[in-house]
Amino acid sequence: MDANGKIYGLVAEFDSPAAILRAAEKVRDAGYRRWDTFTPFPVHGLDKVMGFKNSLVGWFALVFGGGAFVGCMAMIWYMNDFDYPIIVGGKPMFSPPAAFVPSYILLVLAGAIGAFVGMIALNELPRHHHPLFKNRRFELATRDKFFLVIGATDPKFSETETRKLLAEAGGTHIELVEDD
Amino acid sequence: MTDSVTNLRALAPPPELRRPKLAPGERGLGGLTDHLTAFAEGRTPRWWWILFLPAAFFAAVVLPSMLIYQISTGVGVWGNNEPVAWGWDIINFVWWVGVAHAGTLISAMLFLTRQHWRTAIGRAAEAMTVFAVMMAGLYPAIHTGRIWFDWFLAPVPTANGIWPQFRSPLMWDVFAVNTYLMVSTLFWYVGLIPDLALMRDRAKTRMRKFLYGLFALGWTGSARHWHNYEKAYLVLSGLATLLVFTVSSVVGMDFATSQLAGWHETIFPFYFVAGAVFCGFGMVLVLLIPLRKLCHLEDVITLRHIDKVCKMTLLMGCVMGYIYVMEYFIAWYAGNPYDAWVFGHRLFGHQYWYGGWIMILVNASLPQLFWFKRVRQNLKLIFLIAVLINIGMWFERSVIIVGALYQDFLPANWGVYFPTWVDLGTYAGTLGAFFTMYLLFVRFLPVIAVSEVKGMMPQANPYHPLGGAKGDH
Repeated sequence: MDANGKIYGLVAEFDSPAAILRAAEKVRDAGYRRWDTFTPFPVHGLDKVMGFKNSLVGWFALVFGGGAFVGCMAMIWYMNDFDYPIIVGGKPMFSPPAAFVPSYILLVLAGAIGAFVGMIALNELPRHHHPLFKNRRFELATRDKFFLVIGATDPKFSETETRKLLAEAGGTHIELVEDD
Repeated sequence: MTDSVTNLRALAPPPELRRPKLAPGERGLGGLTDHLTAFAEGRTPRWWWILFLPAAFFAAVVLPSMLIYQISTGVGVWGNNEPVAWGWDIINFVWWVGVAHAGTLISAMLFLTRQHWRTAIGRAAEAMTVFAVMMAGLYPAIHTGRIWFDWFLAPVPTANGIWPQFRSPLMWDVFAVNTYLMVSTLFWYVGLIPDLALMRDRAKTRMRKFLYGLFALGWTGSARHWHNYEKAYLVLSGLATLLVFTVSSVVGMDFATSQLAGWHETIFPFYFVAGAVFCGFGMVLVLLIPLRKLCHLEDVITLRHIDKVCKMTLLMGCVMGYIYVMEYFIAWYAGNPYDAWVFGHRLFGHQYWYGGWIMILVNASLPQLFWFKRVRQNLKLIFLIAVLINIGMWFERSVIIVGALYQDFLPANWGVYFPTWVDLGTYAGTLGAFFTMYLLFVRFLPVIAVSEVKGMMPQANPYHPLGGAKGDH
């Protein structure tokens, strides 16, 4: 690496989901906090080891969807009852059952948009430049290899100690990753 | 490791009771990835061009010509007139919406019910949904005649100061179809993100790397990302499942809220959903059977998958039979002479009687062949039945729409309906556009959800010996 380049972290490669799970347990027990794993598919059990709480995406969907439902009901009341009343078959100007269908459909639409926006926002995507993309072997993270990265900003990070820990955990191709 | 492997072998059922595997486990994760992406990365085979060029001709030449002619002249170029004011435009609209439905059912509902076999066919079915809804949405937009006034349907302050009337199911339909298009596209795209990242990482040329990378949004496969991603996918599945029940029921209500005999039925929303799912499964089979052979995916989309889709088709075929019987029962039991007239003439009228028989024989009777395992294993026969189901369901919509309109309450008003060459050309154009988009999808995107299929293999399970477990978990 060049003289003034900052370090992003240390990356280690693993061969199987069980190996990355065991390594993640080791890294957690060693007291590291800023680390992440990269896998070609969600490995179940990793979220528990890494201590994730319930994802907030559901709340995004609820707020977007609920807002759209209420908003659509209010819109129909405003348009067909308040601003320009239209008499249809002698029925009340506004009745919730008739307004329910379009409101429900908009709930689905906005809820789906909310889930998508929530996922993108919480994952901080799109991010087309990631320090790990410079690592040649990291291309295999979407194929069949499993990667564990310990960030250089972790208070416990030390190039030698962390490297030793990753090697003990069974990691191969342990390499430094430069930051941008 | 040896211990746990022996234990597993001891617990496994005897060979004759074992089911064929849903995913080719013996390839390993890397080999499977190469296999599933091979088609999108390889050279374009000749069959692709043979299918693509005619489809593209209909999409790029026939469809635009028909649309330009119809829009510049008026809907009079179609066969629609009084009394049959809805003709092929709405028949094809309902048919295309129906085709779309199985995709959502397979990808969303079977995801929620944890049916793992959906992983292999979900992506292909979702693509079918997206493209079919696009074709469906075209018809209501152009059938208004003066399409430059379509924006009156949007809830925006219009030039004449009148708002849309929200008690009309036709208004709900605008919302339902547009929502369906957007949600199914979103669902498809979210499912594609990890695979787009895979294609980006495998890309050999700069162009491919740039394009796949652009749409992959910089996906890395981080555990944090997967955590939010899985939640988003679950929420999207739940919402898309709601749409399975909403879209075609709203289309059904377009008819059911009218006063016309043959349309004014409470069973219509359910009827249209069941018919849509049935027709969609037919289209899934029509697409999957050639696809698995041409793209060499026989070991991923196995006969067991086809068998399951056949069983779903059989179930929906039985539901269709029930509905047909129930329609006749109500027509008789309600004692309404106009209803009895429409339903009598559906099978024994002097005009269009064949539509009613096609509908009963093809939609309700033909799928009964799927009770037999030998039929469910015979791909040529399944393909033939699936094509006939699509035709049968087209006739069902034609029977419902034209059959109820051509003889209304006033005999002096009766008439007949025949499509014109513009109707035919527009329909052929939408078919061409659908297959063009589908072939482009097959050529450039992974038709199998690679990360999902990998995720359900034993090699992906950290507690399975093949996933590297050593018996300490």
